Amino acid sequence: MMPRLLLIAAWLLVSACAPQPSGREVVRFWAMGREGEVVRELLPEFERRHPGLRVEVQQIPWSAAHEKLLTAFAGGTLPDVCQLGNTWLPEFAALDALAPLDARVAASGVISREDYFPGIWNTNVVSGQLRGVPWYVDTRLLFYRRDILRAAGFETPPATWPEWQAMLAAITRQGQGERYGILLPLNEPEPLIALALQQGEPLLREEGRWGGFSSEGFRRALRFYTAMFENGWAPRLAGAQISNVWDEFGRGRFAFYISGPWNIGEFKRRLPAERQDDWMTAPLPGPDGPGASTAGGSSLVVFRSARQREAAWRLVEYLSEPEVQLRFHALTGNLPPRRSAWQDERLAADPHARAFRDQLERVRPAPKVPEWERIVSEMQHLAEEVVRGRTDVEAGTRALDRKVDAILEKRRWLAARGRAG
Amino acid sequence: MSHPAAWVFIAPALGVIGVFFLLPVAAGFALSLTDFDIYALADFRNLRFVGLDNYVRMLETPLFWQALGNTLYFVIVGVPLSIGLSLATALLLHSRLALFRPFFRTALFAPVVTTIVAVAVIWRYLFHTRYGVVNHALEAIGIGPIDWLGDPLWAMPTIILLAVWKNFGYNMVIFLAALQAIPETLYEAARIDGASWWRQIVHITLPMLGPTLLMVGILTTSGYFQLFAEPYVMTQGGPLRSTVSVLYFMYEEGFKWWNFGAASAVALMLFGLVFAVTWLLMRLSRRVAA
Repeated sequence: MMPRLLLIAAWLLVSACAPQPSGREVVRFWAMGREGEVVRELLPEFERRHPGLRVEVQQIPWSAAHEKLLTAFAGGTLPDVCQLGNTWLPEFAALDALAPLDARVAASGVISREDYFPGIWNTNVVSGQLRGVPWYVDTRLLFYRRDILRAAGFETPPATWPEWQAMLAAITRQGQGERYGILLPLNEPEPLIALALQQGEPLLREEGRWGGFSSEGFRRALRFYTAMFENGWAPRLAGAQISNVWDEFGRGRFAFYISGPWNIGEFKRRLPAERQDDWMTAPLPGPDGPGASTAGGSSLVVFRSARQREAAWRLVEYLSEPEVQLRFHALTGNLPPRRSAWQDERLAADPHARAFRDQLERVRPAPKVPEWERIVSEMQHLAEEVVRGRTDVEAGTRALDRKVDAILEKRRWLAARGRAG
Repeated sequence: MSHPAAWVFIAPALGVIGVFFLLPVAAGFALSLTDFDIYALADFRNLRFVGLDNYVRMLETPLFWQALGNTLYFVIVGVPLSIGLSLATALLLHSRLALFRPFFRTALFAPVVTTIVAVAVIWRYLFHTRYGVVNHALEAIGIGPIDWLGDPLWAMPTIILLAVWKNFGYNMVIFLAALQAIPETLYEAARIDGASWWRQIVHITLPMLGPTLLMVGILTTSGYFQLFAEPYVMTQGGPLRSTVSVLYFMYEEGFKWWNFGAASAVALMLFGLVFAVTWLLMRLSRRVAA
């Protein structure tokens, strides 16, 4: 009796593990976080159009994604198509794990380079080769309280740094200790990166071999950033100390907040109904006119090791169609990287998204080296040190450049041997 | 040693130790002599043998010394506090006067089995500068608001409080078991001789707890040297890296920046440190016992 039961159990187990013999080629697709959850809803249409293909989606949490991808690379188990944060592209390009896509885009009837915002497209070009296709975009700009600005005597959001400073000063003064002009969490590097990218001077010199933080441009950005704390316009807080950004924004503890597209949905959901008319988004002000911001977001990449390269590319093309991107936007709130998608009523009519449309024409990519995230963490540490009065801008940026030069030592060694990273 | 049969008997244990301990340590040491990083993962020709450079560079990194200082601060303040609290609560629970003993035993042990990630959410609220219960209580007795997690001076004490609260229950249970093993007759005799409560503690309880104290001391010290989860969930090493521990430093080098050569050097350094401290504690206790 027992052995037969065991046999049946074993048979059940084996048949459960074995792939279903459907006679279709399988495209393995890894997507992260919320995107991995909802992208499945877009796929039946793809499978209908390509009866010979089946897409297998694996959802990976963002917190574990980087490690999992590198482990999969080392173990040779990467999927065919993958969503990749565009700051990770240089790293996987250095690993030579990404299939170059220039020729495929040139031959594609769906993806046309001119339709994409140039700054975003540029983040996918590493060492002159296209390594990914932008899927959705992320940039940082101002979320602000219209009612507080109006009460301080300002009808429109700031377009330049001096205007912005005047508003911050007025709002903080009227707040009498109960209100700050702006919230800049000290552990978030994006606002400072955006301000630094506005300067136009490169943050790394000579194709990412040396630090460029002692430049007058970066120092100007850092001074502007730290002055917001010195003048009392921004509280010296790190993210973990802010219990709930949306509550605090709703209560009017601060009037400006620099954040990204996902917060449009969050603010709509989390702020009370009577506050919904009081908040708006605006492009990031620059030193003397509308300024640039960061070019973030996720791209779709095809790995070199892909077993189904042809089918993988077809999936990338499908997900890049403007209509599919609009459906994706409806599901996630993620903003599409193509201008043609933005012409659609569903996006053009959203007043909170309008500032992003404007900002996306002025986004600049960060330096494309695998070490960039580490350099950013050193940069933000310096900013925190200056804010807390441990060092000053001149000496601090010189010390930062020394650290960054040490981090980039291996790149210089590789370059000297003709193996650019 | 001369019996071949003896080797056969210990072979399984030796095999397990070899595969799961000696081999990884040797591999870690070998790795620490290279600059294994993302470029080496791409192409093995990009791997450089760097000798002891990783160690030299580590000793030249101010953040390493800061991490070491933070860790020592945590160990030196946290271990006595933790053991003291465990012992005090164990004595209270062991006392004949204690009511609802099973209830308190369970309640005091509860923090040990909670998840640190869930606990951190609650603690971040408790220690919130503006809305936190702790600052409300302090305000009631006239002490101004303290920025517990945001002030570089206060962040480590807060982490110590969390770690002590989270861990004392474990040692408490060990002490409780040891206390129950002390023969009642010793106390009886002392009481007949007119010994006060304090003298009974000093001359009977503590000496009888000696071996347990040593074991608890060694386990707690080596455990506290490996501080990681508390700063990881509470402060991410901030503010101003005042809560970066050696292990946190290693985690960032290895798993965040993918510099496995440098991370292995830090790991071996920490291993050496914990080994040395444990050895010292053992020797010290042997001398005291002699």
